[in-house]
Amino acid sequence: MPLYLTDDQAMLRDTAREFMAEQGAIKTQLRHWRDISCKDGFGHGLWKQFAEMGFTGILVSEAEGGLGLGHVEAGIVLEEIGRNLTPSPFLVSAVAFVEAVKGKAAGERWLPGILSGDTVAAVALDEGRKHRPEQIEMRAERSGNGFMLSGEKSFVVQGGSADVILVAARTGGAAGETDGLTLFAVEKDAAGLSAASERTLDSAMAARLSFDKVAVDADAVVGEVDQGWAVLTQLLGAGRAGAAAEMVGVASGAMDLTVDYLKQRSQFGVPIGSFQSLQHRAAHLYGELEIARAATLKAQQLLDEGSDEAELMVSVAKAKAGQAARLSVQEGVQMHGGIGMTDEHDIGLYMKRDRALDELWGDANYHIDRVARLTGY
Amino acid sequence: MTDLETFRAETRAWLEANCPAEMREPMRDESDACWGGRNPEYKNDAQKLWMERMAERGWTVPDWPKEYGGGGLSPAETKILKQEMARIGARNPLMSFGISMLGPALLKYGNEAQKKRFLTEIARGEIRWCQGYSEPGAGSDLAGLQTSAEDKGDHFLVNGQKVWTSYADKADWIFCLVRTSKESKHNGISFLLFDMASPGVSTKPILLISGYSPFCETFFDDVQVPKDQLVGELNKGWDVAKYLLGHEREMISGMGLGHGSVTLGDKAKNALADDPLLRADVARFDVDALAFKAMSERFIDELKAGRAHPAQPSMMKYAGTELNKRRHELVMAAGGSAALEWESEASRGGKDAREWLRTKANSIEGGTSEVQLNIVAKRILGLPGA
Repeated sequence: MPLYLTDDQAMLRDTAREFMAEQGAIKTQLRHWRDISCKDGFGHGLWKQFAEMGFTGILVSEAEGGLGLGHVEAGIVLEEIGRNLTPSPFLVSAVAFVEAVKGKAAGERWLPGILSGDTVAAVALDEGRKHRPEQIEMRAERSGNGFMLSGEKSFVVQGGSADVILVAARTGGAAGETDGLTLFAVEKDAAGLSAASERTLDSAMAARLSFDKVAVDADAVVGEVDQGWAVLTQLLGAGRAGAAAEMVGVASGAMDLTVDYLKQRSQFGVPIGSFQSLQHRAAHLYGELEIARAATLKAQQLLDEGSDEAELMVSVAKAKAGQAARLSVQEGVQMHGGIGMTDEHDIGLYMKRDRALDELWGDANYHIDRVARLTGY
Repeated sequence: MTDLETFRAETRAWLEANCPAEMREPMRDESDACWGGRNPEYKNDAQKLWMERMAERGWTVPDWPKEYGGGGLSPAETKILKQEMARIGARNPLMSFGISMLGPALLKYGNEAQKKRFLTEIARGEIRWCQGYSEPGAGSDLAGLQTSAEDKGDHFLVNGQKVWTSYADKADWIFCLVRTSKESKHNGISFLLFDMASPGVSTKPILLISGYSPFCETFFDDVQVPKDQLVGELNKGWDVAKYLLGHEREMISGMGLGHGSVTLGDKAKNALADDPLLRADVARFDVDALAFKAMSERFIDELKAGRAHPAQPSMMKYAGTELNKRRHELVMAAGGSAALEWESEASRGGKDAREWLRTKANSIEGGTSEVQLNIVAKRILGLPGA
């Protein structure tokens, strides 16, 4: 398969690009929800529109009512989300959560709501400040017919808005081990579950969740008891590749703004884009972004093929896209000069979004280290 | 099975049966390669056999048309052949500037007689080519070249000097940029082919900091060149030159891929165990190298499908060569004092040190990194001229 979009995928990209530019624009979405201090940080109306467009069913099989497409297609939508900084539950709900529950009993329960745009899902993994999934300590004790969950989860994106939260907890083993983890789909109004939502720098909402002896039935288990790592691996593969695609979009949006500015802004009587020092930096950025885009597409194709090499390439993509986006937003703000420091200009919003996306499911350093471990050192 | 699956199965079987075991060992450096030519130097029988078997099928140039000695394969089939060769570690059967540089330019700009003659020779590895581009006064400003070709009726008379001519002392023919008019800088250049055995051609190898002499100074003193060896139109050679440069940059960018599929960290792991900072540097490099590998795949796929931006080879050349320089900096760091040895048998004649020094030319030859960034800024990003 060639490493570029097929004709069908290019059509989806055109559709998604047009849709997001019209419906998901910074002014009407990100700034709007931020400026009215929306408790969700995104619009449920737009989420319904995503469903009408079929986006929320991209990764859901046709048998389960979705489009039966793959990670390349999910990435196409995410790149446009990134380009427009569109606040949306898409990455967590329609990519990570869907990947974990599809084809399982939990899918029957939750997929219809995601397909219709009525349900928002969250994923609760991290407990400390950094993403260290094998270090999960939260306990799930067997209790009667089900389990009792106790512990804390941090950085649960859209955790306060979600109807269902996928939680990783220990039914066995100890922190540091991959065996003994189990995933549970917990409903938002479960007794003993409380959410403290905080706005993050990118105007999204993330929650700290407290589980105080939250009782769930055995059928809340997603996958097998003690074998949650397999589901988690699948969820993280999809989520990280998706986050990489969104970061490629963030980097592209920031670079386009910056290159336009270099052509328009005049100093010393000439456009500043005629200065070689800025040209070389912009050209270097272009290359890094192209490389990140290629790595991301490769990771998505390998995931779609079910290849053994996908895991490695997903980490390469998450790391490379994170670095390219970091470069793009930093050069973007610097090359914009003073106007880049103002809230009025959008370039700073890209810088904030990049910071949050990089942290999600392992920052660039985490994935660089992971590439080293996966390749034998 | 689809046609492509059948092609893969047949290709796999043919390669298994026909690629000699010695040709599945990784090459240590360029001197292990088969360069062909009038007086070919084969390292062993296997190398000769492998080149001849591949040339017989047109697979030294799998995607060239069959009538010019190529394999006539589609882009998808060519990719499968490359994948299947990589799968068994098969060496490139023929290393050649004729394949990577001159061939594509002739396919686009050559006349039928030139294509028939020169492309077929290239595909069979019969003629080894060198490139007469840079001059002492024309480096980054290549179009400032002064080597002249005077119209003498039935031939051109060439006088002047080239420099950095790779393997000129071993080459049979040269593709050479010459000035045929002083009226215009860019529209006074022509693209000539001629035999290095012509009277008046002489070469002098240049000793480099690596101790190797892969490049020469090349002198032309009243060299007579038949007029049918002009490629494209008179005074329009700059178009051919630029097109060829794109392919040269594409070839050089391949350096970013290194050799084989093992990461640098895996190769150097003994040196990394007690050196966390070096391990981190190597891991950062490996991420960039794996990402660049995906970029190369995408670039080739887009190129073959006619979807690549015409200036994209400049981005690839810049990224690939800077990456290769980083690789060799890290190889030296991992090697420690052992990598400093210059002549010892243990170091295979200072291989690490000499290759490290050799890579410093990567970001100079074929257009400096700075020239590539200028091209990307102007032609891809559309930034204004100074």
